[in-house]
Amino acid sequence: MDRDQGLTDSVAQTLREAPVRTPFSRRVSAHLHRRPRLRLWALLTAPMFWLVVVYLASLAALLVTAFWSTDSFTSEIVRDWNLDNYRLIYESSVYRTIIVRTLAVALGVTAVCTVVAIPFAYYMAKVAGPREQKILVVAALMPLWVSYLIKGFSWRILVGENGVLDNTIGATPGFGTAAVVLTLSYLWLPYMVLPVYAGFERLPDSLLDASGDLGAKPSRTFWSVVLPAIFPSVVAGSIFTFSLSMGDYITVDIVGGSTQMLGNVVFDNQVYDLPFAAAMATVTVAIMVVYLRLVRRTGALENI
Amino acid sequence: MTLTRASAWRCAAVLTGIALVVTACETSADDEASGSDEAGDPAAAFEPPDLPMLEEIGAGEGELNILSWAGYAEDGTTDPNVDWVSPFEDETGCQVTNKVFNTSDEAVSLMQSGQYDVVSASGDASLRLIAGGDVEPVNTDLVPNYVDIWPFLKDRAWNTVNGVNYGIPHGWGANVLMYNTQEVDPAPASWSVVFEDAEQQDGRVTAYDSPIYIADAAMYLMETEPDLGIENPYALDDDQLAAAVDLLKQQSESVGEYWADYTKEISAFKTGSSTVGTTWQIIANLAKADGAPVDVVLPEEGATGWSDTWMVGAESEHKNCAYLWLDWIASPDVNAQVAEWFGEAPGNSKACDLTADPDHCATFHAGDEEYAEQIWYWTTPIEQCLDGRTDVTCTDYAAWTQAWTEIKG
Repeated sequence: MDRDQGLTDSVAQTLREAPVRTPFSRRVSAHLHRRPRLRLWALLTAPMFWLVVVYLASLAALLVTAFWSTDSFTSEIVRDWNLDNYRLIYESSVYRTIIVRTLAVALGVTAVCTVVAIPFAYYMAKVAGPREQKILVVAALMPLWVSYLIKGFSWRILVGENGVLDNTIGATPGFGTAAVVLTLSYLWLPYMVLPVYAGFERLPDSLLDASGDLGAKPSRTFWSVVLPAIFPSVVAGSIFTFSLSMGDYITVDIVGGSTQMLGNVVFDNQVYDLPFAAAMATVTVAIMVVYLRLVRRTGALENI
Repeated sequence: MTLTRASAWRCAAVLTGIALVVTACETSADDEASGSDEAGDPAAAFEPPDLPMLEEIGAGEGELNILSWAGYAEDGTTDPNVDWVSPFEDETGCQVTNKVFNTSDEAVSLMQSGQYDVVSASGDASLRLIAGGDVEPVNTDLVPNYVDIWPFLKDRAWNTVNGVNYGIPHGWGANVLMYNTQEVDPAPASWSVVFEDAEQQDGRVTAYDSPIYIADAAMYLMETEPDLGIENPYALDDDQLAAAVDLLKQQSESVGEYWADYTKEISAFKTGSSTVGTTWQIIANLAKADGAPVDVVLPEEGATGWSDTWMVGAESEHKNCAYLWLDWIASPDVNAQVAEWFGEAPGNSKACDLTADPDHCATFHAGDEEYAEQIWYWTTPIEQCLDGRTDVTCTDYAAWTQAWTEIKG
């Protein structure tokens, strides 16, 4: 009883004091309420700092550096403006080969992920019961709990000569481009499964029923109803699988044998010839810009 | 999600603005910094930045960050019996953090961060570190064990510039040929097993993944194609580099994978996915300990190799500990342990009496100046031909880096 009494007293006390001493936070919020512009600034400063200084400025520095060259002995950057780095990339066949190979790997990884993710996500969203569904979502996310390097080296053991694949099914792609596509597909699969799963979740069951009622066979339903509906999700997933594969160089190092990708060229040159590495890196940026423009043209981004 | 055309332009304008500001800042910073190196010709005008050296050793700072080749700073974690870091910590109170690098490129890049107190630099890194101001002159008077270093290792081009010493010689050795004793029969005696006869081990040949490996091919060509006129594998004109590149391209068709990380080479030889290729003695030792059926040989054409130097980081905050380490690693007892573990000739002349294997120094020709002169130590190729030719321009390391990318394809 006594305690209750005390509590009520203290609340009453606070209420009495309230109009006299406004808490600081309330004064700030009142101040902000009267000034919408200030409110906007306070809200946007941190994200704008991130976007402009950390992201755009470093991108700009990259673009600028690509037009410089290096001192051949000290490998210090010489700031004379020229197009030599880009000329070299354009004229030397080895860099064209590497760019095409990187593109092929990125597209291959995206294709493999799509083919695996669609049936998997369909089962998760439409067939599995609620309990099973939860387990499958966790299973799809599970690979993300393990370090990238551990997964990479596990695949090295899987595909290597006298490795797990070799000793069980008797065949292995060996170290090379095929192993790179396999490993990267495994690494990025969750990034494709999740958006596609979300896409299937949004697809009403009634549409599938209606398609069936109108006499469409399952394959026709898939091509004419399901695929158009989940296409934006597949495109969203492909942005991840494609861009992550474009920039990767560690997996290639681990399971790629003597294969090189764009990222390896950037890595190999970053000590001695930073401007050339920057020029090579802008190629990746350019490819991503083109890819994102194509994605936009499909209209998929508006539907995500 | 959609950008309107107008906002896209605004975005582009902002980006350009930032680019201009960044450029302006960087350019002005450069103007201030570049007082000392104005000449266009880098090696002839090679004037290292004027940095002070330590005058006297004070008490240790309690901390030391080492940047080293694998096997140079062992604290018992690789093998409980191999430990010369813990006694150093006990004696000096300097707690060691060791970072292992795989290639000289990596060493230069990591030293530029200024986070390391000492580095074991090979000849293809040391001069660039000196030129870049990343390491400072070393006061050899503060390293008592320096007097016992073999005289032919002192004051050499890779550790001394204009008469100023930049480090303490550590030891030297050759890049040897490792082969799988079950798959490669008879035992190879020539580098031809990885070049002209590489097809015999198709897909299982390995090579060191660094542009400096081009020198191995050039050295092989010195013997097999004397018409090319290669005098020094680090001084290649355009034609000579092209010949080396052709040889390496031919080799790459038989290469299963290149190695830079030494653990990768050990695992490849253990599983049999690599059966023959260049290596360091320590990798062979570790692979053997791991049960891989391997052996090494120094082929008849000779070998490229390394002569390493311990250097002090210019921005080090633990210089006393750094000097204590320099003296520790150069002491006869420790130098003998390192040399035996890594498989190289020790730098300290008194180390030979202390090796566990009494024949170690004989095996590695320690103190054999004539033999040491036959190894082509890693050196940075520069435009001025290192073999003394003045009528041609040689290919520099940037050209080698490009060539290396081209070789791997």
